[in-house]
Amino acid sequence: MLALPPSPAPAPRRQLFVGTSLAAASGAMLVGGMLAMWLRFRNEAIAATGHWVPEKITIPGVASNMMLLSFVGICVFGQWAVYAARRDDKQHVGVALGLTALLGLAFVNAQVAVYVQMALPINDTTGSAYGVMFYAVTGTMMALIIVGMVFSLVTAFRYLGGRTNDREIVTAHAIYWYFIAVAFSMLWFVVYVTK
Amino acid sequence: MTTIDTASHTAFAGAGVTHAPSAVAAWVTTSDHKRLGRMLIVSGLVALLGIAAVGALLGFERIDAAATTLDANSITQLFAINRVGLAFFAVLPIMLGLAVAVVPLQLGARSLAFPRLAAAGFWAWLFGVVLIVISIASNGGPGGGAPTFVELFIASYAVMLVGLTAIAGSIATTVLTTRAPGMNMRRVPLFSWSALVSALGLLLVLPVAAGTVIYLYVSYRYNKVPFGGNTGMLGYLGFTLTQPTTFLFALPAIGFAAEMIPVTARRRMPMRNVLLAGVALVGVAVLGGITQVNQSLPWSGSGLNLDDLGTKIADLVNYLVFIGLPLIGLLVVLLLAPLAFKGTRPKITAPFLFGFFGVLMVFVGMLGALVNGITDLGLSGTVFEEGVSNYVLYGAVIAGMGAVSYWGPKLWGRRLNEKALIPLALLGTLAVVLSSLPYYIAGFADQPAGAVTFDYAGPHNIWNVLVTLGHLAMLLTVLSFGAVALKGFRSGPAAGDDPWDAHTLEWATSSPAPANNFAEVHSVGSAEPLLDLKDTGRNS
Repeated sequence: MLALPPSPAPAPRRQLFVGTSLAAASGAMLVGGMLAMWLRFRNEAIAATGHWVPEKITIPGVASNMMLLSFVGICVFGQWAVYAARRDDKQHVGVALGLTALLGLAFVNAQVAVYVQMALPINDTTGSAYGVMFYAVTGTMMALIIVGMVFSLVTAFRYLGGRTNDREIVTAHAIYWYFIAVAFSMLWFVVYVTK
Repeated sequence: MTTIDTASHTAFAGAGVTHAPSAVAAWVTTSDHKRLGRMLIVSGLVALLGIAAVGALLGFERIDAAATTLDANSITQLFAINRVGLAFFAVLPIMLGLAVAVVPLQLGARSLAFPRLAAAGFWAWLFGVVLIVISIASNGGPGGGAPTFVELFIASYAVMLVGLTAIAGSIATTVLTTRAPGMNMRRVPLFSWSALVSALGLLLVLPVAAGTVIYLYVSYRYNKVPFGGNTGMLGYLGFTLTQPTTFLFALPAIGFAAEMIPVTARRRMPMRNVLLAGVALVGVAVLGGITQVNQSLPWSGSGLNLDDLGTKIADLVNYLVFIGLPLIGLLVVLLLAPLAFKGTRPKITAPFLFGFFGVLMVFVGMLGALVNGITDLGLSGTVFEEGVSNYVLYGAVIAGMGAVSYWGPKLWGRRLNEKALIPLALLGTLAVVLSSLPYYIAGFADQPAGAVTFDYAGPHNIWNVLVTLGHLAMLLTVLSFGAVALKGFRSGPAAGDDPWDAHTLEWATSSPAPANNFAEVHSVGSAEPLLDLKDTGRNS
């Protein structure tokens, strides 16, 4: 067997950081692709019938705006966890991660409130795609939020369980929530503002 | 400490309890990249047998253009599984399997990044494929009449896409984070580079397809009208099954061929950075996949009419960027080969022939995609498009077989019979030409795609007989390759650690590669670390 010269141990790999960044890019394509298709259907519907949102359907502005605002808190808390982890401050990491997950839960609650308030039929007999696409795109967003909450819990378990040297997972956790914030901002603008 | 260890071991041994999993359990639960890669490759080749058989059946159905033996629904479903299967059941798993098996070895890494994610991806892919086959067999899928199984088809499609995305993520992270010390991105082996570009492209394209599948599922489940119900779904997913997205699927095959150039020429690759750029240019195909916009050359029937110039220029730019740049990338790879061979005595091997002919087929397919976009030729919606897909995807499979015979010794520890492989490379190439070229001709005669009854002037039965023979020849090639591989990898001659006198790190470890690949981390000083070592040995 040929032998190459041995080298010192490789530098830290930051696999989780890179992997999460790639996952975030993929997630952005998922949401971006869905929104692109939404816009295409919207344009076609407006060209054909003059409207996209079904008549008598009102989009609740307060709840959707609160959902957007919750991401300000989520990003701050996610970065707070990173800041605290760099200073080996377990207590603050725990609080920050807990608050991040809690705001994620608040988002889910607000999304359900939007569904209830809108009372949008999914099986629209007129053949409009609005109901189908609304539930599909917002449901996908909610699934991504739930994944983020699980990520927060896993990060908390690992870090608070004693792996305090594993700061990379806290950074990766923040990256994931930043991606969610950007993705929801796009969705908010297209679905709730542009309508 | 010692006492505890010994007591524990003795106690278990005395009770007759063994912790070694059975062979089947070891494979099922494995996260070893070499095993995962081999499972993907073998599954892909097995699936290819079925797909080639379906291709032959559809070709046979088209020989008599006035009558059919199968009912209309079955034909629609067979066309669907043929298109979906060739791309997602066969070509992608073979390409990703090669990358999973080989990339960590090439990088000097001990394992894949996120190996359990890749393992989960493999099982998700397999689960999705099995469910898709079940759904289509149960009258589901595009054109299917059983709504429950149509839903199952769509959901399984999503599972399959998630699995493939997970594997692609694992490969991309591996190349970005587990390279040996000294191996910067310009020193990454050509195959690993192509795997990275392809994996990054898949990470961008497959989620877009997944988003479409979510819409399709919700639409079909609750309100069948907006997305066309069971007949319209493939129209929305078509962008993942046609050009230029398929170029991304074939990219690792191009990387393999590029890898074979310096090994065959037995010298360092001249203008290697240009070759890297060429491979990366093929990755531009990702733009066509994610935008799904028009990729045709405008000015249909209008000569140089300058009306609506803005739209025409936009279409022209899309056409040149999405189809033209990948073609230029592959052209760079092909043109640099003679440069490498200049003044050397190349050592032609079966893997090289597979790789060379396979990529040549991909190139013809890319040329076809360029021609297909010229609106004035009226090729859209004809079998010309099927011919292009067959050239690109079957060509990638041929190169993939070459890659298996090249890296097989490192994975199985034994060499394949070169004399048996060389005729197979030629047969495989003939199969690709027969299954594709007649459709290029029939496309110009306006034979419609996805239909078995048609009427046009010309000897259509000849073209369809040839295509049927082409698919059968591909079936024979895969079967024969499987037989040669089975025999060679079980009882062939021991390979030795470096049977090809190669240049890259995977050949620095024993054959078959042990668990964790390398006993120690290697330090790399160039793109050809093994050649460096051999040169040092020769000079000292």
